[in-house]
Amino acid sequence: MALLQPARRLLSAAAQRHLCLAPVAARASSWWSHVEMGPPDPILGVTEAFKRDTNAKKMNLGVGAYRDDNGKPFVLNSVRKAEAQIAAKKMDKEYLPIAGLAEFNKASAELALGDTNEVIKSGRYVTVQTISGTGSLRVGASFLQRFFKYSRDVYLPKPSWGNHTPIFRDAGMQLQAYRYYDPKTCGFDFAGALDDISKIPEQSVILFHACAHNPTGVDPRPEQWKELAAVVKKRNLFAFFDMAYQGFASGDINRDSWAVRHFIEQGINVVLSQSYAKNMGLYGERVGAFSVICKDVDEAKRVESQLKILIRPMYSNPPINGARIASTILTSPDLRKEWLEEVKGMADRIIDMRNQLVANLKKEGSSHNWQHITDQIGMFCYTGLKPEQVEQLTKEFSIYMTKDGRISVAGVTSGNVGYLARAIHQVSK
Amino acid sequence: MQRGLHFPAHVDWFRKHFVLKGAEEMLFQLQSLPCDMDLPVPSSMLSAVGNGQEDSSLLHRAYEPNPQHVHWMVGRWHYLDHYKSAYRTDEGQPWVLPVVKKVEQKIANDTSLNHEYLPILGLPEFRANASRIALGEDSCAIKENRVGGVQCLGGTGALRIGAEFLRRWYNGNNNTTTPVYISSPSWENHNSVFVNAGFKDIRAYRYWDAAKRGLDLEGLLEDMESAPEFSIFILHACAHNPTGTDPTLEQWKQIAAVMKRRFLFPFFDSAYQGFASGCLDRDAWAVRYFVSEGFELFCAQSFSKNFGLYNERVGNLSVVGKDTDNVQRVLSQMEKIVRTIWSNPPSQGARIVATTLTCPQLFAEWKDNVKTMADRVLLMRSELRARLQALGTPGTWNHITEQIGMFSFTGLNPKQVEYMIKEKHIYLMASGRINMCGLTTKNLDYVASSIHEAVTKFQ
Repeated sequence: MALLQPARRLLSAAAQRHLCLAPVAARASSWWSHVEMGPPDPILGVTEAFKRDTNAKKMNLGVGAYRDDNGKPFVLNSVRKAEAQIAAKKMDKEYLPIAGLAEFNKASAELALGDTNEVIKSGRYVTVQTISGTGSLRVGASFLQRFFKYSRDVYLPKPSWGNHTPIFRDAGMQLQAYRYYDPKTCGFDFAGALDDISKIPEQSVILFHACAHNPTGVDPRPEQWKELAAVVKKRNLFAFFDMAYQGFASGDINRDSWAVRHFIEQGINVVLSQSYAKNMGLYGERVGAFSVICKDVDEAKRVESQLKILIRPMYSNPPINGARIASTILTSPDLRKEWLEEVKGMADRIIDMRNQLVANLKKEGSSHNWQHITDQIGMFCYTGLKPEQVEQLTKEFSIYMTKDGRISVAGVTSGNVGYLARAIHQVSK
Repeated sequence: MQRGLHFPAHVDWFRKHFVLKGAEEMLFQLQSLPCDMDLPVPSSMLSAVGNGQEDSSLLHRAYEPNPQHVHWMVGRWHYLDHYKSAYRTDEGQPWVLPVVKKVEQKIANDTSLNHEYLPILGLPEFRANASRIALGEDSCAIKENRVGGVQCLGGTGALRIGAEFLRRWYNGNNNTTTPVYISSPSWENHNSVFVNAGFKDIRAYRYWDAAKRGLDLEGLLEDMESAPEFSIFILHACAHNPTGTDPTLEQWKQIAAVMKRRFLFPFFDSAYQGFASGCLDRDAWAVRYFVSEGFELFCAQSFSKNFGLYNERVGNLSVVGKDTDNVQRVLSQMEKIVRTIWSNPPSQGARIVATTLTCPQLFAEWKDNVKTMADRVLLMRSELRARLQALGTPGTWNHITEQIGMFSFTGLNPKQVEYMIKEKHIYLMASGRINMCGLTTKNLDYVASSIHEAVTKFQ
């Protein structure tokens, strides 16, 4: 040992930690000793706790996946049919191009903008297939980081989907916020939003939820969208739309994409993230798209080439299964019709549950104003409940939701809405 | 040993021969885009630029008048989408593995399955079994519960998640200056993956010896000896891409010894397990040896080739650590990385692989299918070599059979390659790399005679 001491002193501190003088010493240290345990995902944590609960009446209002009126996951009929059609074709498994399935990309853009849209007709856009909404946002964020020379700042509504911030941050952008949710009304803080947005430095990036805002369920009305577009245009802001619920919000795909189309009509060349996780129930297949509205076809081509350069070192090319299903549905008249009916069915059930929840709260004798529950739209609802009340709901009634008082209305059924109303009344009266 | 960004010889060849848009843009694109495609290309190589044709079958029909046309690797340029290296049957067709067809049917018939989200790290049965395939049934690391898996989008996704993690947590916190060593040559996307993960110092380690058409072991070991401590080394587990040249078992032992002494981090890229020799265990020998030597390492696994699941994007990042606790913490941080890139991985491909690996009968069938592919490639290698030797083609050709896997560095120089492409309509990389899957019993004679002509006409 004495002979080795001088040599040891010459080594860097780090090397000394990893010095493998003997098998025992070699095994003792790890490269990862300093790696911290990552914080548990707050939303998944809710589901974990729910699973452990043995109460027969328990409700999981945490996770954002649609459930039918029996509380079960719902595989759309149009999806099953599309899958059968695809299976019958016995296609090979060759790599997709980097930008994904062309028919899917085209159909996706047309779904968002309407197939008679001038942008579609002129071809002044590019759409690439992405790994659902997250993948789309990440590709978009990375594209901005590399090519948006005017600002590093991305303005998110307050609050926004929890994953927006880490996505943009990991891509190298900085996060700012504009007022959005008004806790006093459980509604849209329109004046606050306009005020904040009008002060955003020109040529910053601003993100909007196209419909069914997550987590609040609060959407601007069309007249309000018009004013938002005007101020965005005036401030020369770069508009990034996140549309994860087209069709799923109101039941009408055109209505849900109205804001996106309006901005484009006003001459604002937006970028758009789409997800088919909810509206086609293709969650685990990871189906999404990222679109860039461009000045002209040439610009679109150049943008596309750069998007591919970003995608290639992430995952080379996207998975085909979900995109094929979505594309088959969107481009077959029968399946598309059936799909639109099923999406409306899902949206209608959500709306129905909202109505029933409010009705039941009234029946319980609650004196609070619960109108926001029916004013809000989409999968989520900001109940207005405080963290202590949420905790009480969980402890006493085995009702699980996130601490901010957000519930996934998809987790409500005609079988448990009464129980939920009773519980909410108990903690809030 | 080169510092900075690494451009393989064939990149420079293309930069010289084709009009480029803007030097910087092209540099980026050439560096990042794949150079391996097996699509037929018309005689004017630029005519397809900007063409949005996406459907590979359409492309095949449009550009395939001559059945002798061999679909090999073509050089890259911007805009065109690339059909990467994929196995072909003796009829030159894609091959969906029979076991995959069977399992897909099984999955389709299972009405209890739905399309719900997978966990962030992926399908548990897939992760555990994928790692088991790489590390072996009797792996002490698995027995000691110090192995973790992250389901990723193909081998590329696994490399990227591993790279992102290393940049954040290896050799300090967010240390972007840790040197990353990539073999010279290597799959070009390696470079892009690590650059995009934030590493600033990407270097090449010597690998291919063009003069002797084999491994430059001396150069490789020298580069490892002089590499800064804690440097990351990307090692091809088997069937080195693009040279097809692997270290022997003894050479791997030497490599491992130097890496242990120099505290170098092994990051294995395993894209061809089973596909190379036909034997899963044999192709995983190097990874398993390193594990048995006590290394902590990453292994990016792809199931694109050995399962033929190219477009389902099935990959696994196996993490081998000192103990359970370390691995758990590493996985928890990998979750955070995954969450901001793709949230959770696609389920279809992972289901197919997991179902196959967990059923003894299907597993046996799969191994058989893999051997079928590997055997065909081995046959093409021996047949090509035999023909070249029978023709008396100048030079030595034993490297064709000594190399392994999908690719072969023929040793043809740019002039000879140009002849092959222009006069013989055989498309291969400027580096002389060919995809053995493009060879069939029908075109072997034509290819051999073409190589013979090229080599005798140009020196």
